[in-house]
Amino acid sequence: MNSSIIEIKKPIISIQNLSVSYEKGKNAVNKVTADIKKNSITAIMGPSGCGKSTLLRAINRMHELYPNIKTEGKILLNDQDISRLSLIDLRRKVGMVFQHPNPFPSMSIYDNVISGYKLNGIRQKKSKRDDIVEKSLQDVALWSEVKDSLFKKGNFLSGGQQQRLCIARALAFEPDVILLDEPTSALDPIATSKIEELLVKLKKDYTIVMVTHNMAQAARISDQSIFMYLGDLIEYGKTKVMFTNPSDKRTEEYLTGKFG
Amino acid sequence: MNSENITKNILFVTSLIILLISIGMVITLVSGSIPIFKEFGFQFIYSTEWDPTAGRENYGALPVIVGTLITSFLALIICLPLAFSTSLFIAEYYKGSIISKIIGTLIDLLAGIPSIVYGLWGFYVLRPFIVQLGLSEQGYGIFTSSLVLAIMIIPYATSLSTEIISLVPNHLKEAAYSLGATRLEVIFNVTVPAARSGIIASYILAFGRAIGETMAVTMLIGNRNAIPHSIFDIGNTMASVIANQFGEAEGLKLSALIAIGLLLFLITAIINYLGKLVIKQFS
Amino acid sequence: MTARPIKNSIFKGAVIVFSLIAITPILLIIYELVRKGYKQINISFFTEVAPSTWDAMMANNNGELIPGGILNGITGTLLMVFVASIIAIPIGLITGIYLYENAGKRYANVIRSISDILQGSPSIVIGIIGYFWVVKYITNGFSALAGSVALAIMMLPLIIRSTEETLKMIPQTIKEAGLALGVPYHKIIMRVLIPTSFSGLVTGILLALSRVIGETAPLLITALGSPMVNFNLDKPASAVPLLIWEFYNDPNMVNLIWSSSLFLVVFILTMNLISKKIAPKKN
Repeated sequence: MNSSIIEIKKPIISIQNLSVSYEKGKNAVNKVTADIKKNSITAIMGPSGCGKSTLLRAINRMHELYPNIKTEGKILLNDQDISRLSLIDLRRKVGMVFQHPNPFPSMSIYDNVISGYKLNGIRQKKSKRDDIVEKSLQDVALWSEVKDSLFKKGNFLSGGQQQRLCIARALAFEPDVILLDEPTSALDPIATSKIEELLVKLKKDYTIVMVTHNMAQAARISDQSIFMYLGDLIEYGKTKVMFTNPSDKRTEEYLTGKFG
Repeated sequence: MNSENITKNILFVTSLIILLISIGMVITLVSGSIPIFKEFGFQFIYSTEWDPTAGRENYGALPVIVGTLITSFLALIICLPLAFSTSLFIAEYYKGSIISKIIGTLIDLLAGIPSIVYGLWGFYVLRPFIVQLGLSEQGYGIFTSSLVLAIMIIPYATSLSTEIISLVPNHLKEAAYSLGATRLEVIFNVTVPAARSGIIASYILAFGRAIGETMAVTMLIGNRNAIPHSIFDIGNTMASVIANQFGEAEGLKLSALIAIGLLLFLITAIINYLGKLVIKQFS
Repeated sequence: MTARPIKNSIFKGAVIVFSLIAITPILLIIYELVRKGYKQINISFFTEVAPSTWDAMMANNNGELIPGGILNGITGTLLMVFVASIIAIPIGLITGIYLYENAGKRYANVIRSISDILQGSPSIVIGIIGYFWVVKYITNGFSALAGSVALAIMMLPLIIRSTEETLKMIPQTIKEAGLALGVPYHKIIMRVLIPTSFSGLVTGILLALSRVIGETAPLLITALGSPMVNFNLDKPASAVPLLIWEFYNDPNMVNLIWSSSLFLVVFILTMNLISKKIAPKKN
């Protein structure tokens, strides 16, 4: 595989020769090597079934939930092998936001934001908790909209607001990295553009890795792009370069809508 | 061991309890039945004698098996038009209307009435009515029991088939309507065939209910261990003979009752399994 | 040419008529219970134990209300249902969670099938089990504990299946949200899954309770019945349905039959309605 890969100095995440398989002999992710740049947005693209979600989930080991999963190679987070980290430590450092907004239905907005601490039994002073909730909701531009109904359940929120609440929940843990798995595919265009703005703002403090189906979105907000096909990393480069001058034929075909 | 594994183990070990209960049930029933099968062999199942007199004890389960099957079949036959109509009423003709909700709720309430209350109602209300009609002298017997059983199983026969009939996609029905079919024709050519296995399954499960029903039948069937000659004759079912005679039974008789319990358990298990198989076919 | 519309109308008419017939029994039963039962319901009905035959006969002869009430039945029912719940609710919930977590696995399918078979098995058979496991070997005599165990075995499969079905309604991604925060498994179960499906779980438990509260047959051969209020688990205890059975067998007590049945039915139907009210709506 002669894939083009950019070099990144002092990567926050280093994926090294990673293979993941659900069935014997069939790699969903095939010997992928890539470094992720700190404080930037990296988009992972590719047609359905190309392994992009599996790759994303491998970064916080959510892929281990699937039965019969086999993983080879390794991922370093700040030079530490993530398989050596406890799940809680890893997932504190690597937050995740899903395709469909999934606030905990039984919890208030406040409790949802603070749920990482609550559910893990991490005690915090009331004033500290209040600060975390306010800051996280401010960061996702939801504070002014919900500050009067913090203790209500979040089911009255719109889909976009719920998704921002889920991002706030991830931010509350003060992670280094935020993984997003097609975070706007269930949202309308206005809610989508708000989330995109938000992500661009957030990269100052966080490293963002997102899977997206939406090429325009990747072009708009990502700094680096990874293109995957059938489990292989085909091309990895600066988004601008890749979108204007893809080096692999398959990337070009995908970007021009020939398949996908 | 980490907390993940502890939790998984607690879940797994707890799930064993129901497995152990059912294995224990079978062991208990089988070991309790051994004496009677040792004494009479499989003759126990097809013999019609039931004589507890010491010295010439003789037990045969055929009368109660026949009694059970006849009452349950008759109940199912009586129940069928009622349950089928109700399902169509709720899920087809008046789908989503208030009247359908009311009827659905009333049918559901039937499932909440205890067996013994059905028995009382059958005894004090239905039985005199049967006598008045001249169907039987005392009003007891297979027919009276079946009538009450039919009412008792209506909710079981209705709920699942209603749900499945209402799931038949509209576009199927519309295709038939667009060809000029009447509603009746749509029902029998489209809706019912599409929902067939679900409807059949719900009647199988309702039949299983009828077979195991105890108190109401015990109060109405007349309790005689002989093969009934007609549907207005008195008789006994497997469940009613146990309820009636378990208290004072010992020795061989106790074993005979347990063996009947075992057969009852097996028959209902098989029927329920069949019902589930038919449902699986549907989905 | 006109035959088709005519057939169509006749069939619709038949559906309506049969549906109305199907809902008549519940109305008749409730009417009968209220008509004959309300007279005996007063304070002493809830505060006194069942009268002796003699007292009842004297009252009948003098044209008075039968003295006494069903306190021993109410306390017995509460005791046995309480103990049964303590046994069945935790085991049922945990097994249900196990089935949900291991949905596709072979062993889970076996457990699910067993649970279905147990749910379909006749209550009298479960009574036999209670008799052999507890009456014979633990309490050495009829006892409230034996009744509780029988009721618990009946509740278990109901709770297991309702728990699994309720949990299945939670989107998988809610669980993933918890896992993505690094929350340990048991905390996700306790603090996310259970609170999210709380109303559904309560509905399942209430339905299981309302199902066993009216049971007579299994108690007949386990708890037996008792003329006194008894909170002692290894002594016989009464229950409301058991009292109804005793009243039914005693010609002097006829009037009490109806009030006790009315009480029992109102209690169970209220529970049913409450559980339907709080049940999560399917979408």
